Amino acid sequence: MAEPLLSVRDLVVEFPTRRGTLRAIDRVSFDLKEGEVLGMVGESGAGKSITGAAIIGLIEPPGRIAGGEVRLRGERIDNLPPDRMRRVRGRRIGKVFQDPLTSLNPLYTVARQLTETIRTHLDVNEKEARRRAIALLDRVGIPAAARRIDDYPHHFSGGMRQRVVIALALCAEPELVIADEPTTALDVSVQAQIIDVLKEICAERGAAVMLITHDMGVIAETADRVAVLYAGRLAEIGPVRDVIKEAEHPYTAGLMGSIPTLTQTSDRLVQIPGSMPRLNAIPTGCAFNPRCTKVFDRCRVERPDPIDRGSGRQVACWLYDRAEARHD
Amino acid sequence: MLAFIIRRIAQSLLVMLVVAAVSFSLFRFVGDPISSMVGQEATMADREALREALGLNDPFLVQFARFVGNALQGNFGISYRLQQPVMELILSRLPATLELALISGIAAFAFGVTLGVYTALNRRGWISSGIMTVSLIGVSLPTFLIGVLLIWVFAVELQWLPSFGRGEVVGIGDWWRTGLLTESGRRSIILPAITLGLYQMTLIMRLVRAEMLEVLRTDYIKFARARGLSNRAVHFGHALKNTLVPVITITGLQLGSIIAFSIITETVFQWPGVGALFIRSVQFVDVPVMAAYLMMIALIFVVINLIVDLLYYAVDPRLRVERGSARH
Ligand SMILES: Nc1ncnc2c1ncn2[C@@H]1O[C@H](COP(=O)(O)OP(=O)(O)OP(=O)(O)O)[C@@H](O)[C@H]1O
Ligand code: SF4
Ligand SMILES: [Mg+2]
Repeated sequence: MAEPLLSVRDLVVEFPTRRGTLRAIDRVSFDLKEGEVLGMVGESGAGKSITGAAIIGLIEPPGRIAGGEVRLRGERIDNLPPDRMRRVRGRRIGKVFQDPLTSLNPLYTVARQLTETIRTHLDVNEKEARRRAIALLDRVGIPAAARRIDDYPHHFSGGMRQRVVIALALCAEPELVIADEPTTALDVSVQAQIIDVLKEICAERGAAVMLITHDMGVIAETADRVAVLYAGRLAEIGPVRDVIKEAEHPYTAGLMGSIPTLTQTSDRLVQIPGSMPRLNAIPTGCAFNPRCTKVFDRCRVERPDPIDRGSGRQVACWLYDRAEARHD
Repeated sequence: MLAFIIRRIAQSLLVMLVVAAVSFSLFRFVGDPISSMVGQEATMADREALREALGLNDPFLVQFARFVGNALQGNFGISYRLQQPVMELILSRLPATLELALISGIAAFAFGVTLGVYTALNRRGWISSGIMTVSLIGVSLPTFLIGVLLIWVFAVELQWLPSFGRGEVVGIGDWWRTGLLTESGRRSIILPAITLGLYQMTLIMRLVRAEMLEVLRTDYIKFARARGLSNRAVHFGHALKNTLVPVITITGLQLGSIIAFSIITETVFQWPGVGALFIRSVQFVDVPVMAAYLMMIALIFVVINLIVDLLYYAVDPRLRVERGSARH
């Protein structure tokens, strides 16, 4: 099998606080293949953004990667010296931020922000950088890009600004794009368009995407595989179609129950009772055990590691442990 | 843009009119101008004649209109104390004050911004902590104490710099006499400039530091980092410009207070400027000079305010948007 584009192994991210160290990401592992779209879902605070920040090396101190490793095409990038990591950011891994209203520098034109980024990473002159910037803006769907490029961010609407942000994330031709809730801050009417643009342009360029979202509907339509995070741990990962058709982890099943689909009307929304534990109060054993309908003794004592279920699927739940199956 | 300028100018005129009213009322409420002008031996009839001749018996509004009319022509009457036209007196003293204010203003801005940026970027370093501690002292020590301390150390003990006066001055044009072109003049301005600028510098430094830290937390800075821009580009290209937008306003206004505060510094260093002139006028209840000084300070504040607004406008493209075309 070919080497994965991105490989995250046993990633641990910790935040030292006055009342002890918080473990925001606890031994998370997953891979991304070249050109693949991986959806990442989970409740608020599950650790989706922190995972993205850890990959790109931008965890804010005093937070730090306390264990595990991140590899890009086999090369470790979690311990690179700052200047070499800087050349990975933007150039090899692009990031799309959540809120387009705040992620563009208000004092510089779109042209300046784009050409600056292009010329930081690629050896081209100003004219060529501008030509590429215009072509890219045109590609992400900015009308009259050649003229609009000299406008300031505030001249654009929210949806248009997010297109600019996507152009900025892609302008140095990265192999991987991490999009952290790229549509949450946008008007519902433009959300689908933005996701489409992002998906298409990444597909054209062969860039893989890690798409962080709350929206299972978006995942179902966009992603090849989906990873479900719960309290900083990976609950389940697998091909989208399989996971949606038959979620194996009880938490995922609960989540899937909560997306209305064409065949399921919204009055059948299943709510998982209770809420995700805070980082300083994660129960021993399986983090999900207080809310799980299938909980049994072992869940309260031992933490389940992801168990291979075949066809690229992994589930971190004791129900799927062979030892348990024998008991049944 | 034009409407904005017209509105600001109208506001400025209103402010000036109010200050004129205050200055004018000095004549009526602070001492009796007649007794200040004539000797003890003048008769009641003489006094009454002079009163009539000066128009002091006219209705209030007529007198006020006359005062404003004269002021517009630069005529503030004759100094009671020096028996010279007030305008001449002030103009002859103004270069000393403006040179001192300008030098200390420029130094305060340059050092304030540099130190502010340094302490913001090296927040945890011990040099930064040292600078911050010293700056606290700078803010809390009264100006005259700083002046006296400087004189004691650099003029009396070390004998490096002169302790008073302006040194040798040479004329530029008709009435501007400068000390900046002579060695002794330049040496003389150092201590007063430090005294006058220290407080403003600490203020600017603390403001720049706070603003910069704020800006460094914004999404657009995080996004700039995530695009792999160099620290230099992020700090000095993106963060500094955004930091300086609000700082310009405050700093510009500081220049007005520097001129106003120069009263104390000029007194301590026997600097022959308008501040020292004003203090002497107060001692002698030389109302015409006091009134003219008030008007002059107000005018300087108003003009600076106007310039700062326009500058702000030039720096921040968001303010340049014509209404209605902001979004599409
Ligand atoms: N600077 C920090 N200090 C301490 N804890 C932090 C810090 N930043 C994040 N955390 C914690 O890390 C956990 C994961 O946060 P993260 O932002 O990754 O959540 P998320 O899954 O992206 O949620 P959301 O859907 O709300 O964006 C949260 O519990 C949060 O409280
Ligand atoms: S391990 Fe136990 S508690 Fe955890 S999800 Fe599986 S069944 Fe539920
Ligand atoms: Mg998040």
